[in-house]
Amino acid sequence: MSKNNKNSLTGSTLQVQIVELIAQIIFTICAFFAVLAVISITLYMIANGTPAVFQVGIKDILFSTVWKPTASEPSFGILYVILTSVVGTVMAIVLGVPMGLLTAVFLAEVAPKRLAAVVKPAVELLAGIPSVIYGLLGLMILNPLMYRWEKALFQGSETHQFTGGANLISAVLVLAIMILPTVINISESALKAVSPELKASSLALGASHIQTIFRVMIPAAKSGIMTAIVLGVGRAIGEAMAISLVSGSSVNLPLPFNSVRFLTTAIVSEMGYASGLHRQVLFTIGLVLFIFIMLINIVLNSILKKGEKGND
Amino acid sequence: MKKNRVTKMMALVGVTALMLGSLSGCGNTDSTVQTTQQEPAETAGADIAAETTDSFAEAAEDAGQTAGDTADKTVSGTITMAGSTSMEKLANAVAESFMAKYPDVTVTAEFTGSSAGVEAVLNGSVDIGNSSRNLKGEEKTSGAVENIVAIDGIAVITDKENKAADLTTEELVGIYTGEIKNWSEVGGNDEAIVVVGREAGSGTRGAFEELLEIEDACAYANELDSTGAVMAKVASTPGAIGYVSLDVLDDTVAALSLDGVAATEDNIKAGTYSLCRPFVMATNGEISAQSDAVQELFAYLQSDEGKDLIKTVGLIIPD
Repeated sequence: MSKNNKNSLTGSTLQVQIVELIAQIIFTICAFFAVLAVISITLYMIANGTPAVFQVGIKDILFSTVWKPTASEPSFGILYVILTSVVGTVMAIVLGVPMGLLTAVFLAEVAPKRLAAVVKPAVELLAGIPSVIYGLLGLMILNPLMYRWEKALFQGSETHQFTGGANLISAVLVLAIMILPTVINISESALKAVSPELKASSLALGASHIQTIFRVMIPAAKSGIMTAIVLGVGRAIGEAMAISLVSGSSVNLPLPFNSVRFLTTAIVSEMGYASGLHRQVLFTIGLVLFIFIMLINIVLNSILKKGEKGND
Repeated sequence: MKKNRVTKMMALVGVTALMLGSLSGCGNTDSTVQTTQQEPAETAGADIAAETTDSFAEAAEDAGQTAGDTADKTVSGTITMAGSTSMEKLANAVAESFMAKYPDVTVTAEFTGSSAGVEAVLNGSVDIGNSSRNLKGEEKTSGAVENIVAIDGIAVITDKENKAADLTTEELVGIYTGEIKNWSEVGGNDEAIVVVGREAGSGTRGAFEELLEIEDACAYANELDSTGAVMAKVASTPGAIGYVSLDVLDDTVAALSLDGVAATEDNIKAGTYSLCRPFVMATNGEISAQSDAVQELFAYLQSDEGKDLIKTVGLIIPD
């Protein structure tokens, strides 16, 4: 340690240069590794996901609703699966974002310091809970509750297939809770970053605290909140473990009380024993999911850029 | 502020521990190959499959020597198998452990379907034809010998509260195809039926649907991806019905009898319980007429070690 200090302070220029060079090389390798990972994953997904598209036909995969991968005449339609992922994510956002945003307002503006000191770590811990725990709780608590509702709602129904509570609502509730920490943390930082002059001016003009929050602060923090929503979408659409436990995993139209299968759970549940074309189609599902995530990232980036321009 | 930092640290430590946990979880999957014997059926299959396909290529090269060297006392050579996809787990497990015990023997298995397997053993292209059904009359007259090495039994389960204790085969078919939706139609309480099954590609699902002749006609409300998940779901859901391999039955669920016959090993061996099928390793001519390696394989399956292996993949030992 002392020797190092000596080097950097009084050592020869050559030694300093060597250290600088080595550090630079290490940094470059690390940076390159991340890029390499992204590129190789992209190439791998495309290479593995496309053969089935040509074999089955893109129309028969994306726009057919029949998923019978092991039938004698197999059918690989994932339209319901895609719809489920889209509908499930949208519903989770509709539930989770208002709640998360209001929590962020509470933390940033309303909460007394002591209360905030309890809520803030709780939110941070929520982010650290592994998804399988959410799934287990959903399985033990949500599903039985849902089944009671289901029985009450569909009593005597001839057409409804009873699912035992494993349905879209359970999955959406679990997802909504899972995106809360993301939404809360990012929105809170965005709200705190709003310049105090704005808030002070608003209050000075006679607006109440609540008016100031909703009319001035939230609009001013708009781009940060949008980022929170997009990241929440990303988390919700990519989640597999928790919802595979609560959603029932049958391929159905995403109606609230139907057993449904998401893009992620479609891969997880059948990868174990799938072979041949079936396996390749699972990779295609992975590719579809990958494209969704990429689109979300592009949207996110464009929001961030706009936000920067707006701030200038 | 300080408190906050402490909680943050704790959260960090927690998250790190979780990440380490998930990493070591990944590590475990690689090592399952060694521990296969102790693992209950489900996870084993895929790993073994990966292992044996690796050795397949090299084995195919020396397949030419198959029949030769019968005089040699130390068992060596190759054993080739082909046939039922349902027997993949068993065949791979047998191949794996047999090769571990007899390093000079190479066992390869292909999965082409029961009929193709018997055909292959009859025309001499493989030593053993795997069939997950009894051999047909004409197959036997052509010289195929039916060696039943294991029996695959499936139990139909419900939650413990369910009053219906017996179903006819037609009722079971009706329930799984979605025609019967309430337990009151089959002698139970007025309770909706929640149809639980396995994911496409599962061997248990394949066997269940094949035996009831309802392949791809099932209307599942839950498609779960492991035996344990089916057991848990059925145990915790009033009105649920599911199917699992017979060996995993425990007292968290109730096993239904079928056409008045209880799902027990004894009834399966006696041939009265219908949801079961034999796993046949057919040979062309009696076992004693086969190569030393093949004879040794059958002797191995008869040994305690072999029987344990058959049990660990969830099958029943025939008498």
